[in-house]
Amino acid sequence: MSEDPIEVFLQPIQLDYDYTAGVSASRFLRAIEQGKLLGQRCPVDGRVYFPSRGSCPQHAVPFADDGAVELPDRGTIVTYSIVRVPSENIPLELPYITVQVLLDGADTVLMHVLDGDLDTVRMGLRVEAVWKPKEEWTTSLANILYFRPLDEPDADYDSYKEHI
Amino acid sequence: MRDVAVVGFAQSDSMRRETDRNEVEILIPVMQELRKKTGLTNDQVDFVCSGSSDYLAGQSFAFIAGLDAVGAWPPICESHLEMDGAWALYEAWVKIQMGYADLALVYGFGKPSMGDLPLTMALQLDPYTTMPLWPDAISIAAIQARLCQEGGTLSAEEMAERAVRDRGNAKSNPYAQVKGDFSVDGILADPYIANPLRKHDCSPISDGASVMIIASAEKAREFQDRPAFIRGFEHICEPMDFGVRDLTSSKSTEIAAEKAGVRADKIDVAELSAPFTHQEILVERALGLDESTNINPSGGALAGNPIMAVGLTRIGEAAARIWDGSADRAVAHATSGPCLQQNLVCLMEGN
Ligand SMILES: [Zn+2]
Repeated sequence: MSEDPIEVFLQPIQLDYDYTAGVSASRFLRAIEQGKLLGQRCPVDGRVYFPSRGSCPQHAVPFADDGAVELPDRGTIVTYSIVRVPSENIPLELPYITVQVLLDGADTVLMHVLDGDLDTVRMGLRVEAVWKPKEEWTTSLANILYFRPLDEPDADYDSYKEHI
Repeated sequence: MRDVAVVGFAQSDSMRRETDRNEVEILIPVMQELRKKTGLTNDQVDFVCSGSSDYLAGQSFAFIAGLDAVGAWPPICESHLEMDGAWALYEAWVKIQMGYADLALVYGFGKPSMGDLPLTMALQLDPYTTMPLWPDAISIAAIQARLCQEGGTLSAEEMAERAVRDRGNAKSNPYAQVKGDFSVDGILADPYIANPLRKHDCSPISDGASVMIIASAEKAREFQDRPAFIRGFEHICEPMDFGVRDLTSSKSTEIAAEKAGVRADKIDVAELSAPFTHQEILVERALGLDESTNINPSGGALAGNPIMAVGLTRIGEAAARIWDGSADRAVAHATSGPCLQQNLVCLMEGN
């Protein structure tokens, strides 16, 4: 074995990107900066995709600009999970609840967090968004801090079973 | 072997910088154009295969978004390569040879303008001894060009001639990015950007996409009266370490061409994907091409280099010459890795 000391050198490599969100994602981000939730309607079967995107992933047709649909900031929990490990940029104390919310009128679900009771969270629970103060809005889905339960009867299972 | 033919092709413009659309939004209209031109519907497609690079997008799993342009429901049989679409075509060809598919949809797409391409390319080098030095791709190619020039393999004039020829040919290619009338003297008067490479020795950096259909003989004639039958399809890789390679020739292209049967008869048209002029010369020689072949009628990679699609585009351009009857026998070339490390040769015939 050689007695020569082992030498180590560090060569940090960094690649910088000018990221382009794309035409459709930019449209979504500009809208959410104004507090609007923009989905996109498929011209073939009328399903509404949220967030808006460039084409229908099922029918492979480009979405026309006039297919944009503004959605309400309330919906139904279709599934959830309780998180017990910390994560960055989550405005809730541990343990907290991650949820998939089906916004009213949408056909795809939104992943977000719920400020709710661990013991009573359930599929079908009706929820609404809690937004940051308007002056803090940016081009980010983080403009919505979290969802919270609505004082409404649960949604009928049939109304969201396709989206689980 | 089954008879398999290239029967459909569409490509985007080669664009220096697409500012608004993302990768998949570049791909979508190209896919739409192919469907419109050929009448292709998803129920005709048995296999989908794509080539792109997450390093260009700067995002892991960025290639998944490409499926938005395909339509993946009901579930499709699909594969992706971190390679040029030409290699995706090879995988699709093998799938058809094995009898698992009769028709395949293949695409390649890339948007290198989001990053610094010559530096991004350093990440494909040997990760222990070369990559940490972070040499840019143009400097690496310049080392190869210097070896070629100093060893007498080729001259600066011959390199400039390739730039003049390809950019001149590209005048009739609406998708090309760098085209026009240049002169050898004019090019040789330009300054070096990485000695001995001048700007005109380098392919442009291009955003773009291309899409192709290949099909077994039974299905091919539904799409083309004169399908471009693939008669030879080979790819060979050389070692990663520059020190053990002869950089002044392209041995892997030579072997691939031999196995594909390129030299068995006259080649009417050749489409080459070499991104530097000296590399184009090495590839021409390895393929055994001479004046009897129309080389790079589209302008080749030197006129437009939509990385991850450029090789597939060469195959599409060559196939188009068979479809329109202007060629009986055409060869297309694609490359990957530094200094022509890996090369693919696709031989097509009209009969
Ligand atoms: Zn659709």
